[in-house]
Amino acid sequence: MAVLELRTVRKTYPGEPPVESVRGISLTVQEGEMLAVRGSSGSGKSTLLHLMAGLDRPTSGSVRLAGRLVEGLSDRELAGLRAWRVGVVFQQFFLLEALTAQENVASGLLYRGIPARRRREAADEALDRVGLGHRIRHRVGKLSGGERQRVAIARAVVGRPAIVFADEPTGNLDSANEAEILAVMRGLNESGTTLVVITHEQRVADACGRRIELRDGMVVS
Amino acid sequence: MSGPGEAGTTSLIVGGVDRGGSRGERSSLRAADLLPIGTLGLRSRRTRAALSALGIAIGIASMVAVLGVTRSSESHLLAQLDKLGTNLLTVVNGSSLGANAEAELPVTAAPMIGRVDGVLGVAPTAQLGTLHVYRNDRVPSGQTGGLAVRVCDSSLLATLQGSVLSGRFDMSGPYPVTVLGHDTAVTLGIDRFDAGTRVWLGGHWFTVAGILNSFPLEPEIDRSALVSADAATKLLGYDGHPSRIYVRTDPDRVQEVANLLAPTANPDNPFQVKASLPSDALTAQVAVKQSAGALFLGLGAIALLVGAIGIANVMVVSVLERRSEIGLRRTLGATRGHVAAQFLTESLVLSTLGGVGGVLIGSAVTAGMAVNRGWDVLIPPQAIWGGLGVALVAGAIAGLYPALRAARMSPTDALRTT
Repeated sequence: MAVLELRTVRKTYPGEPPVESVRGISLTVQEGEMLAVRGSSGSGKSTLLHLMAGLDRPTSGSVRLAGRLVEGLSDRELAGLRAWRVGVVFQQFFLLEALTAQENVASGLLYRGIPARRRREAADEALDRVGLGHRIRHRVGKLSGGERQRVAIARAVVGRPAIVFADEPTGNLDSANEAEILAVMRGLNESGTTLVVITHEQRVADACGRRIELRDGMVVS
Repeated sequence: MSGPGEAGTTSLIVGGVDRGGSRGERSSLRAADLLPIGTLGLRSRRTRAALSALGIAIGIASMVAVLGVTRSSESHLLAQLDKLGTNLLTVVNGSSLGANAEAELPVTAAPMIGRVDGVLGVAPTAQLGTLHVYRNDRVPSGQTGGLAVRVCDSSLLATLQGSVLSGRFDMSGPYPVTVLGHDTAVTLGIDRFDAGTRVWLGGHWFTVAGILNSFPLEPEIDRSALVSADAATKLLGYDGHPSRIYVRTDPDRVQEVANLLAPTANPDNPFQVKASLPSDALTAQVAVKQSAGALFLGLGAIALLVGAIGIANVMVVSVLERRSEIGLRRTLGATRGHVAAQFLTESLVLSTLGGVGGVLIGSAVTAGMAVNRGWDVLIPPQAIWGGLGVALVAGAIAGLYPALRAARMSPTDALRTT
């Protein structure tokens, strides 16, 4: 079953001349897949990620995310879709430094309006899944780079979303930590998580089950 | 801000793609979560938070202190007024004989006033303008110390509701005996006396029989040596004309009695007689304090405005600094409203902290000042609630623009790191 379907999606930014970052991309992600989108910088990777994750709307074409057409949704409905169906992992982690690992992961469920106790329980379980069960009460400021990214991954998967996007998840890590993060993501995929990894590194792309190559806003292979 | 209901929470661990993605899957933030989120930024930047709250605190503190100090001093004055009574009238001859000399009134004035309906007590006194009191007969006659000799009768103490500091108040009989007003005793250096204590008064030795307590509304008594009418007639050449008559009236008929005093005291020449209410001076002081209070209240409001601008400034900076946090929260499913609510909460928490601090500081200043001046500490509850309310409103206004600015940011703009 398709979790994500893009049909000739275009994104143009106004300007003189207008910049067309994504030029008619069509792709489908099936449930349980682990897809790599590889491209060099300027290839339109980030724009594509924003469109796929429901953070932005295409100029033309259609995006069906977790069964819902993004263009037909209001801002509030789109926020609901992100809260319940989408997880995102960023290159810069974007953790709240003042909070513990548990609190950061629990914030992945904050906008579902569920009680704090249940958020914490789910966070503990998600931290276990990424191998950080022993770091639950540590402030994220005290953790290593690889551990911080694992906290961010736990935050993305804590609500068991339909699909998880990872934007250059190893971009800020050394090779040892990179291998560790790739192993964690493969493990999550094997236990059923649908993953889309955006990267410029062939090594990272090779770790994924399926790969597409992006150049100048188009899929080239 | 309520959750999607327990039905929504059951799908927490389900998540899959098969569920169409509509039922109950709204973005929602629990009200209980708003405060922790709203204070997150403050907790990680404590110094900045404290300084910006201080701005509001100073404004609120000055407003509370102004209201508290005004009210405390006012209540002190009012209590004094209450104690002294606003029903004591003074009758003098309006044609002045100089700075401190009193002109005479008709001999019949006091008994006539005593017959007026509503008069509870009359005490005639006569200043003996040419006479003065000295510690002894060696003091040069020019060194009067500003002290006067005044004839009175035994009705004085009751009418003025005064009291004796030491000794006794005896105004009967033609004996050379005097009772000193409070300031007179101090000026003459007589704080303790015995049967042998005498003063030199109008060319005669007078024995001191007592010293009176101070009369706040009748300073002229404080600065006099009092002698009986009999003694004054016999020894000092007193002719029986009073120069100042104190009249205690029924509190409900003060004005009515005041209007009758002049024609009663001097039927032939009522325009020469001046009747006044000494307590008017205190009442005027109350009014002065109130208008000064209004001025300082205005200054407090300006301080508050500056404080609110400080908060707005800090919030704008905070929104700019926390762009990536805003982007993250939108990614996690926050709506624009949730982001706005978070920053508005932060601003309200800041201003509430400032307001509470301001009320505490203002109350402490009021208490300190009141204790220092011997007033009762009186902080009007309106000042406390008003102070907190004003702080909240200031915080809401100051936080509105930054909050809307944060909410307007698109997720992709907020996530852009360069």
